[in-house]
Amino acid sequence: MNNSDSMSVAERVEKNLAKRYRAEKRFRIFGMISVSIGIIALIGLFTQIISNGAGAFFQTYVKLDITFDADELGISDPTDPDQLMIGNYDGIVRDALRERFPSVTKRREKRDLYSLVSIGASYRLQSDLRQNPQLLGTTQTLWVLADDDVDVYFKSREDEPFIGRLNDLQVEWIESLAKSNELKTKFNTIFFTSGDSAEPEQAGILGALLGSLLTLLVTLLLSFPIGVAAAIYLEEYAKSNKFTDFIEVNINNLAAVPSVIFGLLGLAIFLNFFNMPRSIPLVGGFVLTLMTLPTIIISSRAAIKAVPPSIRQAALGMGASKMQMILHHVLPLALPGMLTGAIIGMAQALGETAPLLMIGMVAFIVELPGSVADPATVLPVQIFLWADSPERAFTERTSAAIMVLLAFLITMNTFAIWLRKKLERRW
Amino acid sequence: MSDIPVSTPINPMLGDNMQQATLDDRNNIPNAGHGGHTVIEEATQDKVKATEKNKTVGKPLCDNPKIEVRDVSVFYGEKQAVFGVDLDIAKNEVIAMIGPSGCGKSTFLRCLNRMNDTVDTCRVEGSITLEGQDIYAPKLDVVPLRAKVGMVFQKPNPFPKSIYENVIYGPKIHGLASRRSEMDEIVETSLRKAGLWEEVKDRLHQPGTGLSGGQQQRLCIARTIAVSPEVILMDEPCSALDPIATAKIEELIAELSQNYTIAIVTHSMQQAARVSNRTAYFHLGKLIEVNDTQLVFTNPDHELTEAYITGRFG
Repeated sequence: MNNSDSMSVAERVEKNLAKRYRAEKRFRIFGMISVSIGIIALIGLFTQIISNGAGAFFQTYVKLDITFDADELGISDPTDPDQLMIGNYDGIVRDALRERFPSVTKRREKRDLYSLVSIGASYRLQSDLRQNPQLLGTTQTLWVLADDDVDVYFKSREDEPFIGRLNDLQVEWIESLAKSNELKTKFNTIFFTSGDSAEPEQAGILGALLGSLLTLLVTLLLSFPIGVAAAIYLEEYAKSNKFTDFIEVNINNLAAVPSVIFGLLGLAIFLNFFNMPRSIPLVGGFVLTLMTLPTIIISSRAAIKAVPPSIRQAALGMGASKMQMILHHVLPLALPGMLTGAIIGMAQALGETAPLLMIGMVAFIVELPGSVADPATVLPVQIFLWADSPERAFTERTSAAIMVLLAFLITMNTFAIWLRKKLERRW
Repeated sequence: MSDIPVSTPINPMLGDNMQQATLDDRNNIPNAGHGGHTVIEEATQDKVKATEKNKTVGKPLCDNPKIEVRDVSVFYGEKQAVFGVDLDIAKNEVIAMIGPSGCGKSTFLRCLNRMNDTVDTCRVEGSITLEGQDIYAPKLDVVPLRAKVGMVFQKPNPFPKSIYENVIYGPKIHGLASRRSEMDEIVETSLRKAGLWEEVKDRLHQPGTGLSGGQQQRLCIARTIAVSPEVILMDEPCSALDPIATAKIEELIAELSQNYTIAIVTHSMQQAARVSNRTAYFHLGKLIEVNDTQLVFTNPDHELTEAYITGRFG
């Protein structure tokens, strides 16, 4: 009946062993499945973003024979900046387009034709003329920036042409230009060198990138020293009593407060009470500092706690003062752990949108920010803004901006990890 | 010091069955640079009963002590760890403190350079003077005190820095050396005194933590003597070491005792017997017996001491 009685201990162990092996194998498989899901999700994310965004790195240009006609431009002296400013560059672009498609005569068709070239083309002509006044009166073969709809159509021509906002006539013109190699794509330098724009072909990520950089700089410069100092005080100096317990509980709770709350706090304190300007990286940095401080304090305290007491005793036993003990021995050993906290905090701050919306960093800002007091936006907010825009060309720019954000994040973390490795001299 | 015997008050803790006797204890404390002492010796062969006496037997006091401990009690919060200890430590003697685990000997040792200050709940009562100066005086700064009274810990704890930096750390923070040549000299003499120079002279700039356990402990001793302390406290310095490393440390202690006053806490009675001039036996926070090492191990006065050294508990 009960055959376990009849079996020897060795046999029972043997039987149990098989069960244990199976359990072990199951456990390992669960782990592998979890990791695989993670990897698949990551691959999916990257393929999606890259396939969507790769197009944004190339921009279509139209070849046009442009005559810098003095009368049409209304410029008599190409060295006079005032005249250069008000020149009718659109006019000479239109002339060139009409010359290329002489059959277009109707008003409406003309308007459709003109919309093939970006309004950015005239800025480019202006700067060409400023740099080289001899151009006045000559005819140049130039590649000018195409409109975003042309760009999207031309880049997707091979597979499934997207027509969108183009009418049949425009498509015909584009095909004709493409056939005679008067359309080509070049690397999209505009994307990396300019700020936001309502025209997708002129919109760039640099403004947001600089905004993020400045904001994070402010955040790092404030939150790391304050966080480390607070952690040192709480760990090394503060007497443990009800009050410090209360502070500790509060710091832990703050780490879990939704970030939008910090935005509201920033709005109330920095903007409304201190009357600081809206949309500036300085205030953004303040708000993100409030948000990252708990993370940095908590990890710094953990790092300080992890310093072996024997090292502290050795230092004190040698007659080091408390400050010397902390600066010479505790801090160097705890710094790598503190940096880990800073990395997590900074990565969190980089991806944060909600608190910055509250202090107006969501504004449409074309100018590149030059300092922490210039209006700016940040990468995640820029992504949010572009994702919200109806133009088809902004879709790929959204993905491209995500790539830039990820690249920024990876660069930042790589640097921080390199720094940590360098400091990590645990002999 | 004077050769005239200085009379020490009869230790009030001694019982009626004891009587006072005068001895020249120069032979008993070979390194003590004092003249005669008035000591108390047991007259009868009877052991002091554990239940009957609560006071230290033997000769806890001496003339011209380097460190004078009077009625010191240590509390951790509500819990009392050391009970009214009276003890003198003579100049250039090696005094060993033995006793079962938790008997308060380490706590007592750590009072001598105020390392107990780092424990928030720790409170010390009574007086401890170093050459007549009260080390628990409210105005006293622990920094110069710890420069005078160095400490070597149970587990070798070199700093995670190079051997050179380990040794020079003390002199640097106390401002004893500024020029490179001075520093080099301090490092070399300290390492030589610690018997480590020959082994590490070619790798002074390599991490101190890369040394073996015994070498690390000698490095810690070198680090301690680099600031030329007067007293060295050792808290079970060999408990984490193998017998060969232990032998080297013990040799070193014997050498160091010519220039330094050494108080050593140890779990090994053999070690106490080998290295010390006097031995103090602690039991449950009380200093039970202090006497010349030889006497403690051959003919202890107190039955608790006897029980301990004969291995009945510990």
